[in-house]
Amino acid sequence: MRAMPGATVCEKGSNPSCGDRLNFCVRVVDGVVVDASFEGDGCAISTAAASLLTEHVRGMMVADARALDEEHVHALLGITVGPGREKCALLAWRALRKCVG
Amino acid sequence: MTSNIVKLRGDFPIFHAKPDWAYLDTAATSQVPQVVLDVMSEYHCAYRASVHRGLYKEALRVTEAYEEARATMARFIHAASSDEIVFTSGATGSSNMLAYMLERAHNWKRGDRLLTTRMEHHASLLPLQQLAARNNLALEYIPFTKRNTLALSKLEGLFEEPPRIVSVMLASNVTGAINDVRRVARAARAVGAIVVCDATAAVGHMPIDVQALGVDFLYFSGHKMCGPTGVGVLYGRRALLQTMEPAYVGGGMVEDVSDTYAQWRESPARFEAGTPNIAGVLGLAAAATYLERQGLQSIRMYVEALTTYAYEQLCSMEGVQCVAAVPTKNVGIVSLTVEGIHPHDVVEIAARNNVALRAGHHCALPFHAALGLNATIRASIYLYNTKADIDALVRSLEEARAVFGVE
Repeated sequence: MRAMPGATVCEKGSNPSCGDRLNFCVRVVDGVVVDASFEGDGCAISTAAASLLTEHVRGMMVADARALDEEHVHALLGITVGPGREKCALLAWRALRKCVG
Repeated sequence: MTSNIVKLRGDFPIFHAKPDWAYLDTAATSQVPQVVLDVMSEYHCAYRASVHRGLYKEALRVTEAYEEARATMARFIHAASSDEIVFTSGATGSSNMLAYMLERAHNWKRGDRLLTTRMEHHASLLPLQQLAARNNLALEYIPFTKRNTLALSKLEGLFEEPPRIVSVMLASNVTGAINDVRRVARAARAVGAIVVCDATAAVGHMPIDVQALGVDFLYFSGHKMCGPTGVGVLYGRRALLQTMEPAYVGGGMVEDVSDTYAQWRESPARFEAGTPNIAGVLGLAAAATYLERQGLQSIRMYVEALTTYAYEQLCSMEGVQCVAAVPTKNVGIVSLTVEGIHPHDVVEIAARNNVALRAGHHCALPFHAALGLNATIRASIYLYNTKADIDALVRSLEEARAVFGVE
């Protein structure tokens, strides 16, 4: 969890009813996500998903990052989250989609 | 603790199905006793018909039961008369309706003041905020003391330039704090302000007397007081309701309609357009009668004793920070945070142990901003809870601290 000076784009994500808020940033050079990071305050699942996602997209082509779907995020997490935690798991991914969309 | 209250758990069928369920989320919605379900079921199975319409005996019985329910709700909140009770879809419906009714009742000038609190639930705050935005009004807030209660000593200064509306909730759905609405109302009415009170978190937890409080309008939802969802009450002083325009128009609320003109019925019919939630209204009145039979003061004492126990057990725990009013001025809510663990994670661990809590901002974002918190864990206590429920919660907090390694 860190800030990113020199980010190409940052997008905020929040689950207001839970109190999860994060800021997801990527740095894109020549169509490649050379760096990704997030900062924020969230539950264990949203934080873990955000952290795994930053590692996963680093070095990825923007087009490939854009193609990631919910299933990829669940596969990264490696656990089944219940319906009540779905939005926690997907919070960072939604912000990422805005970054690369 | 009052022993007759302890036995009440058996009145609630859900606790027969789930005897060990530590349901500590009444502030979101309460459980419902069998007597309420019976009344609703009887309506559907024995005499279901529309209200205020038909002339067959079932329809007449519906109308009679519906108007009896209105009288019951008037008695429940000590209204001067039944026609001060408007049935609505709940607190949110009441509050939005009321904002439109008040909007049409005044000749607003830019900069007119509305006074409320940062403690309000969004259901109470947002209709006022929108009313202010539509009419360029100034929405102002009664400040807090250091203990996150209303700083009523500042009231005089706030009333130097009189506000048009003062809206203060009877109890907070976050800290449980019972506000001195009577004092606010006295000061507000002395300067000619309309006094509005959201009683949703307080209803069913303490006696409510609208005349003693001195409020002009008061509203609440049925489902927080052992009644069904989708029904609530808007109380309004008769003299005011009679002069006000309805927020909704349609069937059942008109004296006469022509091509270009309609004339409204008297209140409260004027404010109940369309077929109402009949079973809900009957269930709500049954819930009020059930609570009156236990005694609102007895319920209050029972909840206060259990809240004291919860307060002592929880707020002294290592790493736990409570944001709760003292139990003697609290409707049974203890909100807290656990250092190093997000509220959602605590609540999920509790859920695995059959402990039902709520995590989040509880529809009170400005209050959480004022508290400097993103989210809290809320335990809310009612007449069917026991010490065992609190003990289960304590064990869950201990487990959460162990799982997250913050011991």
